[in-house]
Amino acid sequence: MANLCEFIAKPLLQRAGIRIPRGEVVHSPEAAFSAARRIGPCMVKAQVPTGKRGKAGGIRPAKSAKQAQCAAEEILAMEIEGHKVDTLLVEEQVLLLEEHYIAIVSDPVHAGPLIVHSTAGGMDVEESSATSPDAILRFPVDIDFGPDAGKLSKQIAANGVRAPATKIAEVACALYRVYRGCDADLLEINPLAILEDGGVMALDCKLALDDASLHRQPELADHAAAEHASAREAEADAAGLKYIELSGNVGILANGAGLTMTTMDAVSHFGGSPANFLEIGGEAYTKAKDALGILLRNPNIGSVLVNFCGAFARTDVMTEGFAEAWLDLKPEIPVFFSVHGTGSHEAVRCIREKLGMEPFERMDDAVKAAVEAAHGAAR
Amino acid sequence: MILRRKHRVLVMGLTGRQGTFWGRAMLEYGTRIVGGVNPRKAGTIHLGIPIFASATEAAGQCPFDTALMFVPPLLAKDAAIDACEAGSKSVICLAEHIPAHDVMEMLAAARSTGSQIIGPNTSGLVTPGDTFAGIMPAFNSDVFQPGGIGVISRSGSLGTLICLQLTANGLGQSAFYGVGGDSIVGTRTLTALKFFEKDKRTHAIVICGEIGGSAEEEAAEYAGTMSKPVVAFIAGKTAPEGRKMGHAGAIVSGAGGGYGSKRKALEANGVAVADLTSQIPQLLRERLPHRPNAEAII
Repeated sequence: MANLCEFIAKPLLQRAGIRIPRGEVVHSPEAAFSAARRIGPCMVKAQVPTGKRGKAGGIRPAKSAKQAQCAAEEILAMEIEGHKVDTLLVEEQVLLLEEHYIAIVSDPVHAGPLIVHSTAGGMDVEESSATSPDAILRFPVDIDFGPDAGKLSKQIAANGVRAPATKIAEVACALYRVYRGCDADLLEINPLAILEDGGVMALDCKLALDDASLHRQPELADHAAAEHASAREAEADAAGLKYIELSGNVGILANGAGLTMTTMDAVSHFGGSPANFLEIGGEAYTKAKDALGILLRNPNIGSVLVNFCGAFARTDVMTEGFAEAWLDLKPEIPVFFSVHGTGSHEAVRCIREKLGMEPFERMDDAVKAAVEAAHGAAR
Repeated sequence: MILRRKHRVLVMGLTGRQGTFWGRAMLEYGTRIVGGVNPRKAGTIHLGIPIFASATEAAGQCPFDTALMFVPPLLAKDAAIDACEAGSKSVICLAEHIPAHDVMEMLAAARSTGSQIIGPNTSGLVTPGDTFAGIMPAFNSDVFQPGGIGVISRSGSLGTLICLQLTANGLGQSAFYGVGGDSIVGTRTLTALKFFEKDKRTHAIVICGEIGGSAEEEAAEYAGTMSKPVVAFIAGKTAPEGRKMGHAGAIVSGAGGGYGSKRKALEANGVAVADLTSQIPQLLRERLPHRPNAEAII
């Protein structure tokens, strides 16, 4: 999921007819000062793609331009959930009666979009949803027809809402159009302010895009924040591989996310600690060579565990690539194999002939050997 | 449904590289492939199989009840809807990385035509010794043997490992059911469990789950009511929280979807959860109904 910052998402809401506060995007305390002079009493908000800005102190009220400048200076020095703050949104303060929560999410259970509404919005919506789940309205949408505004409005009203239900339903329908238009996994307004004038306004917006759709959302894709990655993770990403660095010392190379996680779990079970998640399944199964290069550049690894179980991914192709890379790079660490499934006979022959090694018959034995070897290297 | 040799399979994308490789393997295994689809090669013959422009065109000339899609992610929605509208009862969708909104549209189409979509991002269905449709090494006798264990898996590679370990321990499989690794799929673990509960050849079921989503929690309650024993393994106990592990479905978020929540839900409903995949055969043996000729059945 690629998360977008509030200042990217909000204009999308505005274009769809949802009210948002007046605001300006700034990058320095001085610019925050002049923005606040134009806006008046304001909120200074860190623009980072995470939901924990408020609790981290990244959102502060300011009564004057001077206060806005001070707040900006402090927030721009922060790092929130690993994201360095370099952009701020300075927004007018809004007088409100109630804070609601509204979101559209792609829901696996009914396999369609789901509108979620709660009258208890704000920072603790997760907690309040856990303690009083009945207060939450869940409205499944037929993707072929979109939401029925009349029906939705009735259900919102029936849920004991004092605020104008038709207005909230209108916002939900506009939000749904944005959600569909940008292939979102999640589009959320929290809080949705119920104003004194009877109107409703989006005070914040969280947008998570579907990674598989980014190619048809070129404008938004440019703004999609990458998960904070190490240099090796970024390198793997460029090579089309999924690599996550962990703190352990057993280097793991397996095919398929399920088998790779299972291999990590087995390493932990036998007292070891995985150095990485790295899988070369799916179409990436021809990339064993790139994968080994990335894995070996992690200085912490004391052994390498290769666990291939071929279904679509052919173990002979993966093993061939691995053996070539191994002979090329000549690493001085021990490697242990468990290879089964599609192409395994050829793969086993390759390990014997090219590397002069013998794969383990049972996966658990390969895992145990790799864990022991890594412990030995650590001593 | 459990795939059998009586099922008539249309392979969409049969003429491509992967379609050809796996199409040949399926034909050799005994899968009844009756037609292929490629709009640019309609009217030709590939692997001895007639090729049509669309599933709808194929339906008029060679009836089929199962469509297997070797179709790239961006063309998958149209292909799946074509297969549903052509009247295919089951549509097996192998592609990974189909946009989630496309998947929801495919599934809405399937609901209106009464079709069952399996996947996306599934490795397919195997009925050992009988037939298979997808990208599983059905032909590898170290991995698959006919027997009485139903295997449900979100992952093809993990499913392969578990079937291999069952076979090595003398436990054959009644069928392998790849439900798919995406968070939104047409056939959830719960539905697959129901198929196995009804299947006379299945004596026990293995669920190979994964962190993320609520499929295992949802299946757990039903498992508690079943007449057959269920054993589970959940991958991702050591996965770091909040990091994506390749599958869209494998994201740990909040209390639900995590390893602990899944294990608790399953165990509360009498499902034994293995710490290692290699423990699964023993857990099954302890739970299989005792029969005088049990070895012959399983």
